[in-house]
Amino acid sequence: MEMLNDTIAAIATALSDSGIGIVRISGNQALEIADSILRTKSGKKFIHTAKSHTIHYGFVVENKVEPESMKIIDEVMVSVFHAPKSYTKEDVVEINCHGGVLVTKKVLELVLHAGARLAQPGEFTKRAFFNGRIDLAEAEAVMDLIHSKNELALKASTAQLRGDLSDKIRSMREEILYEIAFIESALDDPEHISLDGYQDRLKEKCNQLIDEVQKLLDTADHGKMIKEGISTVILGKPNAGKSSLLNMILGQERAIVTDIAGTTRDALEEYVNLRGIHLNVIDTAGIRDTEDIVEKIGVEKARKYATDADLILYVVDTSVELDENDREILSMIGDKKTIFLLNKSDLEQKVSENEIYALLSKLGFQHKETYSMISTSAAFGKGLEELEAEIEKLFFHGDIKQNDQIMITNLRHKEELGNVKSSLLLVKQSLEDGMPEDFYSIDLMQAYASLGNILGEEVGDDLVEEIFSKFCMGK
Amino acid sequence: MSEIREKVDVCVVGAGHAGCEAALACARLGLETVIFTVSVDSIALMPCNPNVGGSSKGHLVRELDALGGEMGKNIDKTFIQSKMLNVSKGPAVHSLRAQADKAEYSRAMRKVLEGQEHLTIKQAEVCELLWENLPNQNSNCKDNNENDCVMNAQINDEDNKSIQNNNHKESYNKKSYQEENQFLGFEKKVIGVKTFTGAIYECRAVILCTGTYLRARCLCGEAITYTGPNGLQAATHLTESLKNMGIELRRFKTGTPARMDGRTIDYSKMEEQFGDERIVPFSFSTDPESVQKEQASCWLTYTNQATHDIIRANLDRSPIYAGIIEGTGPRYCPSIEDKVVKFAEKERHQVFLEPEGLHTHEMYVGGMSSSLPEDVQLAMYRTVPGLEHCKIVRNAYAIEYDCINAKQLYPSLEFKKIKGLFAGGQFNGSSGYEEAACQGLVAGINAAMELQGREFLVMDRSESYIGVLIDDLVTKDNREPYRMMTSRAEYRLLLRQDNADRRLRKKGYEIGLISEDEYQDLLCKEKLIDLEISRLKETKVGANKEIQSFLERNESMSLKTAASLAELICRPELDYAKIEEIDTGRAEAYASYCSMENVRSKYLTADGKLSKEIIDQVEIEIKYEGYIVRQKRQVEQYKKLEKKLIPTDLNYDEVPSLRLEARQKLKEFRPVSLGQASRISGVSPADVSVLHIYLERHKNN
Repeated sequence: MEMLNDTIAAIATALSDSGIGIVRISGNQALEIADSILRTKSGKKFIHTAKSHTIHYGFVVENKVEPESMKIIDEVMVSVFHAPKSYTKEDVVEINCHGGVLVTKKVLELVLHAGARLAQPGEFTKRAFFNGRIDLAEAEAVMDLIHSKNELALKASTAQLRGDLSDKIRSMREEILYEIAFIESALDDPEHISLDGYQDRLKEKCNQLIDEVQKLLDTADHGKMIKEGISTVILGKPNAGKSSLLNMILGQERAIVTDIAGTTRDALEEYVNLRGIHLNVIDTAGIRDTEDIVEKIGVEKARKYATDADLILYVVDTSVELDENDREILSMIGDKKTIFLLNKSDLEQKVSENEIYALLSKLGFQHKETYSMISTSAAFGKGLEELEAEIEKLFFHGDIKQNDQIMITNLRHKEELGNVKSSLLLVKQSLEDGMPEDFYSIDLMQAYASLGNILGEEVGDDLVEEIFSKFCMGK
Repeated sequence: MSEIREKVDVCVVGAGHAGCEAALACARLGLETVIFTVSVDSIALMPCNPNVGGSSKGHLVRELDALGGEMGKNIDKTFIQSKMLNVSKGPAVHSLRAQADKAEYSRAMRKVLEGQEHLTIKQAEVCELLWENLPNQNSNCKDNNENDCVMNAQINDEDNKSIQNNNHKESYNKKSYQEENQFLGFEKKVIGVKTFTGAIYECRAVILCTGTYLRARCLCGEAITYTGPNGLQAATHLTESLKNMGIELRRFKTGTPARMDGRTIDYSKMEEQFGDERIVPFSFSTDPESVQKEQASCWLTYTNQATHDIIRANLDRSPIYAGIIEGTGPRYCPSIEDKVVKFAEKERHQVFLEPEGLHTHEMYVGGMSSSLPEDVQLAMYRTVPGLEHCKIVRNAYAIEYDCINAKQLYPSLEFKKIKGLFAGGQFNGSSGYEEAACQGLVAGINAAMELQGREFLVMDRSESYIGVLIDDLVTKDNREPYRMMTSRAEYRLLLRQDNADRRLRKKGYEIGLISEDEYQDLLCKEKLIDLEISRLKETKVGANKEIQSFLERNESMSLKTAASLAELICRPELDYAKIEEIDTGRAEAYASYCSMENVRSKYLTADGKLSKEIIDQVEIEIKYEGYIVRQKRQVEQYKKLEKKLIPTDLNYDEVPSLRLEARQKLKEFRPVSLGQASRISGVSPADVSVLHIYLERHKNN
């Protein structure tokens, strides 16, 4: 639930590996929260005595159990603004971090840990409006902003979550809903459904769920929860050399490479670092008109990945002529940023750059600047350097970029998972205190809602639906 | 023309549980009221289960009573068994259920109606509503976006705006909710009703409580009759008139089991179900001593494989499975054929036999409602232990009827487009006597409030189950008859049946349905609870030998430092009664309560102690304080959006950045607050934010 007077925090700058990242805190506890994680060189707190509109030098520290063992996270500059003379008209503290993306993120985490809530997209601006800081003419811009930012966030929230993890969260959510529905149907219909001996079962279920949440939290800490990096998809016809290309980029044998077309039937995913740029590379099954069901699924998946991709690497087998399948792939690519890898350049050439451009414009895609062409031979390791250079060029020109939302998404997920864990611990507490059954569902519902936030799903009538579909009510 | 023509304030159509409450509320608030029924003998009829209350429904009745409704008092007069359900669980889900003597219940309610000043009972079928178009501010607008035009005019044309506001100052001399909202958007105004015989009753408000009677159709296998429940005359004409007024109708269905001749039942094969030893009355105004009486028993038995086989073999003859029934039935009250099909893995289902009254042998067969043909019914019932030789008095049947999607109503239960037209009960798409009665009461009160130019009674989800009920009905797209469930209330720790009076009596008093005496009772109760809680919180006991030995005896952890008595009560193993021996100031406190000015004797026992009613409140408030505080905090958050009102004639096309789906839903529902908007499916939090900003901007304008 969004509130209007609690303290919120977020990274206020675009995330990039170079330069300064600003963590902004706003709300009536902003000063207090900042004070708890900031120290002077001599280890003293200083925010509470800082005057408004001043800037200070200090350190972000992480408190360990004993006060002596404070760990310095970053050397920072801190700006302090007292209400109402700030952007949001609330107390605002801005921490200028210097340690790069990961450190900025860590600082934000500390701020959240100290009691702030992660701001919703557009929430600072929204507060600025409600507190009368923004004039009316700007209000519509605010509305647009909130909408576009929320949509982006929602998309990031679901799209960036790794498939296996979202499945996990979904199944945990179902398990929790089932328990609530069971308790609630027993409360509604005590003469038909009994809760005798239920406590033990629920306790076991809570322990199991807490374990699972903890595992996810650990994953989140290692940054593996969501797909970070530029989402890069390799497309091509069967046996065009996609897997060989992936191996070339990775520098290791990873995908199964044979001469038999259709070897990669599903999709392979790899995380690579090319000249300091993170790529999340997905190798897809070869695209061709096929009756094989497993292969068909692979093709469908490839199409889906292509839709979500930031960058496409299209491996063209230049030793065979363009056909219907190429047309199919080109239609998937559309206007996406694409690098054409004209592979098998060591063999007799049957496809030229111009033929590809001609086919593209025939399909209605005219913008040549979206595409680049590189001649490669995966078998002989030729063209890798050019490919790396091309990707680097695109990245630094800003033609492709890492989505800012990703890191925030990860943090948001972490925050929600933390909430799930505390809710489940409260259920356990209620069980241990011998509270009556109806108290369990209060916190179970909270856990259910928090898991839903990760998936971007609301609670709605889920419970009532579950009760009716799983339990036979009386009368 | 020689016809009967009368002039009254309010016409109530239907005298079921909703109609009775609506009519009584209006008449008690001084309005000349006529209540129409197709049969005076069917006033407050219970055509289905012979009981009142049950999980969460018991809450509804207590809330209704706290506000000044009649159902609680009436069941207290006529019950034959009473039980507090869920007593082994938390106080929030304790719920009263009483078996009624149906005939007595009906008779007692009729007596109350007949004895009510300003109230006339009329046996007649209302066939037509009389109405007129309102001289509209926006007559030059096209029909389909008339309301949008109002807003356009307000924004674009300053003169027009001031004219409109003046109009509304005249017709709405009300406070808060309506004043800010002004419930704009009325296109028509109701001015009377016409009966089948041609009599015309002019009035200023009509309350529709037609229950299951509108174009009713009963199905028992292949046999179909066009009657209301129990073979009573259906109301066949009104639907057409409602459609002509632009009201959208739909069709729901529900069902009821057979009634058996009790003399043909072998109870020795069943488990006897007794009532509680100490009976708690429904009404806060009923003296608990007056309801302690001998109770009738209910009986429990089970279906078995043979029962299920018969049902499965005859499914093709069930009107529902054969596709003859078009209405949507409720999932929470499934017919036995539904249970057998949907929960095929269950080996048996419970069957409760409940007496229909003391002066009849008829027994209600709870859990086995059905629309199978008569011969299948009999064969099926006879497979159940104890029913081998049963004779059926009344067959089970399914009933279909016309009703509305309540999204056409404001939370006041007035139609959004028709001024003066209110609706309550099963007509609004709900199910159950209690749900109906509560809506009837609210519709009745609000019709009176409108005519008297007073503030509407609109309760939110944090105030009462009634608030949850009405909010759900007018905000959600319900696809089946709506029944209250305890899981529907988000803040149920606060919405307990034991504190319904503390939550709502004051409202009832301000409305005028709760007497001065009843209100003084409440004030005294509140005072005693507050005094006792603060005393327990302030009284500290030290970690001395006497206290430690007391704790040890009660298997409770010893004290390290001093603690308050309240803290000790919080411990699961201790309670108010147990700590008496270390609560040395209790006797003195009781004495001071007894000598308090205006203290009500009902809250003190004969020997000068606090009554159980007070102690229960004290104990609940202390024991569950942590949870209660948490819920109160959630309520604060919830209230923020509830308090942000939306003009009901807002032109959503003018709000930029709303998603298409949200815009359509908002136009369709026209929510009265941001809170209500946020609960409409298809409206996202971002849409609510956008709307919020838009409203703020225009407020400043």
